[in-house]
Amino acid sequence: MKNSISLRSFLSASWLGWKIESNWTDPFLFATYSIIKPLASASILVLMYSIVTDQNFNNPMFAYLYLGNAFYQYVPAVLSGISWTIIDDREHYRTLKYIYIAPVNIPLYLFGRGVAKFITGSFAVLITLLAGFLFLKVPFDFQQTNWPLFFLSLILGILMLALLGLLLAGITLVTARHSYYIGDVVASGLFLFTGAIFPLEVLPVWLRPVGYALPITYWLELLRRSLVGNIAKAFPTFTSMSNFDLILVLLLTSLIAGLIAIFLFNKCNHSARERGLIDISTNY
Amino acid sequence: MKNYVAIEARNLGRIYKIRNNRKEKFKELSALENVNLNIKKGELFGLLGPNGAGKTTLIKILTTLLSPTTGIATVVGFDVEKSPEEVRKRINMVSGGETSGYGLLTVRENLWMFAQFYGIDGKVANDRIKKLSEIVGISDRLNTKSSDLSTGLRQKMNIIRGFLTDPQVLFLDEPTLGLDVGASRDVRTFIKGWMSDNGERTLLLTTHYMVEADELCDRVAIINQGKVLACDTPSNLKRTLQKEAIFNINLHAPSGLDMDKFKKITGVKNCALTQKPENTTLDIILEDDSVLSEIIAETSRQTLRILRLEKREPSLEDVFIKLVGQKIEEV
Repeated sequence: MKNSISLRSFLSASWLGWKIESNWTDPFLFATYSIIKPLASASILVLMYSIVTDQNFNNPMFAYLYLGNAFYQYVPAVLSGISWTIIDDREHYRTLKYIYIAPVNIPLYLFGRGVAKFITGSFAVLITLLAGFLFLKVPFDFQQTNWPLFFLSLILGILMLALLGLLLAGITLVTARHSYYIGDVVASGLFLFTGAIFPLEVLPVWLRPVGYALPITYWLELLRRSLVGNIAKAFPTFTSMSNFDLILVLLLTSLIAGLIAIFLFNKCNHSARERGLIDISTNY
Repeated sequence: MKNYVAIEARNLGRIYKIRNNRKEKFKELSALENVNLNIKKGELFGLLGPNGAGKTTLIKILTTLLSPTTGIATVVGFDVEKSPEEVRKRINMVSGGETSGYGLLTVRENLWMFAQFYGIDGKVANDRIKKLSEIVGISDRLNTKSSDLSTGLRQKMNIIRGFLTDPQVLFLDEPTLGLDVGASRDVRTFIKGWMSDNGERTLLLTTHYMVEADELCDRVAIINQGKVLACDTPSNLKRTLQKEAIFNINLHAPSGLDMDKFKKITGVKNCALTQKPENTTLDIILEDDSVLSEIIAETSRQTLRILRLEKREPSLEDVFIKLVGQKIEEV
């Protein structure tokens, strides 16, 4: 019975998330926006790279930067997809209290609401990768692609991001104000430390440990390696680590991050009940 | 015996810590103080009090949305603090006067989704949605996006959401707030029918409408400033006033009147004033009829003209005036 409710809650939340995500405008505009947004974002980066390197697109660094940027789109999508639900339900739809008093597993509900963002994020990643393959000669060789590694890394990474999103949702619960863009802000902050578009060696020595502690760093490296394995050997930072090592480290850091996220979410949840914040509306 | 009690509150209290800005120190605001209640299974229990009396705070605690500062509360035998998951399986809630709901979903979709959160089978959910929507009169709007509904219709949708899961204990927080007279009457009729259908159901209703509490509730607790002032059946509460004489005096008082002088008359237990542009109404509770002559004399001294004078049976409003010293809408 409990599992049945949890599964139904998750599926219903996913369906609701998709309705909200896809219905803010008409389908044509939604499709156009979904294509243009990731391309525009990637174009800025490509243009900057092109100017700085004098159009040296054959350098492995281009693939490093392009793929890191493409997959990093998942980070704000999933983080904000999950944490934004608290604000959306509490402040906008005023339904959070009704969700809370239902026998719903709240983290599962939040994950469900994040699914739509994952789908639109996946679409954005796919568009970016396609553009890279078709127009920018990003060196994909589909026969050389390590698909098992790709899907394993992708799934692990998305689960890890969902747990980080839960952590932000907890923080959003207890910070009724000023938490509107917490997902985007955190994702932008982490962009610097996760080796998404430049190797960690570029950072000052004292800042590098931040990158090494973040599971996202290993996740991005694994995704790059799975897609452009041979070229990835030229990427710096993790040259001494095998794919297996990277998976182990990704699992370990994700586990630690996940445990911290669950612990803090429960703490925040308890605190929100004590402070009467679950149905608060600031009208911001 | 334990199962006989649906809701129990023992020495329940809630203090909010509030401040307007970061520089200020927190101030403590007591929303509930030492509340003790025992609501039996099958009972339709009313919490009657003005805005800010603590009714919603009590409901929030009982529905596991808010932790109490002191005391213990149980719903169907489960502690709301220690076993919120068990409580949530057995309850539902509707708050009036708000427009909650996912505006981009249709009425049917909104309701169906909430049914899923309670694990209700899809077919059962659809049948209940159909039946309940016919009862509350929105069956023709099931496929309308809820953002396109009026406030009253949204409120009806939320009322269905509350009843849809057929909870053991239902909390209705001002369910008719914002509804027109006809819709309020429909909702009250529906509530009565829902309760009489199944003796195992328990309903806690908060309201500041005296008529609603009088018409619907088996027992009523009068609450003000976080304290329960009285708790009994509406007839027993009114009976406490039967020794007294209650008068409703309609006055022409173009330059106002001095209430203190009325209150100081020996034999006046309490009085409340309602001022409207066209006339002034004095609701006055006297020890007995003999005090009336003094009241009339006072109106002459204050050069007030009596337009109408009526002796009437005690109502819950009179009970409230006696306990609080003001009309509910004046508090």
